[in-house]
Amino acid sequence: MKTIRIGSGAGYSGDRIEPAVELAEKGDIQYLVFECLAERTIAIAQGAKLKDPAQGYDPLLAERMLAVLRPCHEKGIRIVTNMGAANPAAAAAKTRDIARSLGLEGLKIAAVSGDDVLETLKSGDHRIEETGEPVSAMAGSLVSANAYLGAAPIVEALKAGADIVITGRVADPALFLAPQIFEFGWSMEDWDLLGKGTVVGHLLECAGQITGGYFADPGVKDVAALARLGFPIAEVGEDGSAVITKVAGSGGAVTTATCKEQLLYEIHDPAVYFTPDVVADFSRVRFTQEGPDRVRVAGATGRPRPATLKVSVGYRDSFIGEGQISYAGPGALARGRLALEIVRERLALTGVEATELRFDLIGVDSIHGTALSTAGGQEPYEVRVRVVGRTGSLKEAQRIGNEVETLYTNGPASGGGATKSAKDVVAMLSALLPRELAKPAIAFMEA
Amino acid sequence: MKLRDIAHSRTGDKGDISNISVIAFDEADYPLIEAHVTADRVKELFHEVVLGEVVRYEIPSIGALNFVMRQALGGGVTRSLALDAHGKCLASALLDLEMPDVARPLRAT
Repeated sequence: MKTIRIGSGAGYSGDRIEPAVELAEKGDIQYLVFECLAERTIAIAQGAKLKDPAQGYDPLLAERMLAVLRPCHEKGIRIVTNMGAANPAAAAAKTRDIARSLGLEGLKIAAVSGDDVLETLKSGDHRIEETGEPVSAMAGSLVSANAYLGAAPIVEALKAGADIVITGRVADPALFLAPQIFEFGWSMEDWDLLGKGTVVGHLLECAGQITGGYFADPGVKDVAALARLGFPIAEVGEDGSAVITKVAGSGGAVTTATCKEQLLYEIHDPAVYFTPDVVADFSRVRFTQEGPDRVRVAGATGRPRPATLKVSVGYRDSFIGEGQISYAGPGALARGRLALEIVRERLALTGVEATELRFDLIGVDSIHGTALSTAGGQEPYEVRVRVVGRTGSLKEAQRIGNEVETLYTNGPASGGGATKSAKDVVAMLSALLPRELAKPAIAFMEA
Repeated sequence: MKLRDIAHSRTGDKGDISNISVIAFDEADYPLIEAHVTADRVKELFHEVVLGEVVRYEIPSIGALNFVMRQALGGGVTRSLALDAHGKCLASALLDLEMPDVARPLRAT
């Protein structure tokens, strides 16, 4: 039976780079996939593209490509990534330039576009999922709208001989499903195999989160060598069977426990996992430890794909202003509480216009509120005051941090380490678009 | 006994929805977890954080539960004022749930 090995080189845009190099050099892989798009990455990248048409792709693209292009070229490893963000064509051109600067020849690079559906969404009768409001009502504040494309255009690019495929918004598991469809000649309507390939993609898409990252809990769940965490490899067979593993000697661990945690990560109903390619069913998945750092995954299935594509909609939402200051030693908690009272009163006295405010004591109740946090009743040695609020302008947001900072000379005794910030917020909502309205396109260039 | 003695957990986020898995270390403990870690208990534990409904899904093939909690992330990760906007810390808080002390054989590991 034919098998391939797919490596996962990044779980998010800012992820570590050496584990990807390790995969390329020692992973015995045929595909290296980088999943780098968080919810609002494209919305922010859209701003960069508007300022400079050669920008708008992942800020770490150049560093990543410089690190992995040579070993991938030497070993014939194909790269699939969504680092194109808002500008896959510019990302492909940059990658071509890097390949040339490294003296690598004959590389075929594909840029997949067509996920940008902003104009389509604005012009039609479409609604925001979360609010039920028409998209047209938000037209003035919309920044971006990107449909989650499926595996099809990546498969097409691979068929055309692409060594590197760079996309914008694509469903994360599709980046991994596409090489399986291409290599094994799977039908785009074989729901069972697409479901099996999708669970592999889902397990790999967060890279180190299945090899021991986001897992360690000393004394309960110990993981060795997290500073040298190895990224995962899926060994997939043409019948959809799969084993999750990693490079021998790298840090971390692949166990049934790490796999179970990642299976349910960001999942709602495990029997109904929507993707553009298939509705995958993870509800009967089983894991078996077959050896050290080798876990077999079985039991995923699938049903026909939905008629609509999810669209991620970015819009200018608001401004957020924040200030923090620390208190320590005897009475720190009381001084922290006094500081919060003072800022609360100052914001009212000076008429700061905030639509939402939060008053936190970091180290006491900032994460889960008072009921859970104060159950132990112990006094912390130090506390950090945090006041944060939502406003309609940057100027108004700045006033919140200022009212925390002025506690230095106007507040409780020995407050230190004040910081303040104010920023504009691009937030995300979603919409559903009939799939025929998104038109994927592929452009090729050669290094 | 605490839930943390027999189970592990991970939080995920999508928009304003948080999901928390609860996974038995030993699948033999799954029925106990299924009986005592209910959606109502999770909703009660997180009443200051989760404003919407809590729905529980069972995945016996891996000895796990999955709790899906709506209006749990301060209006959504991308606009929340919360320090932990993703709700990543929620999983650890859930493991502090009290469980009935039942006689169990010691785990080999």
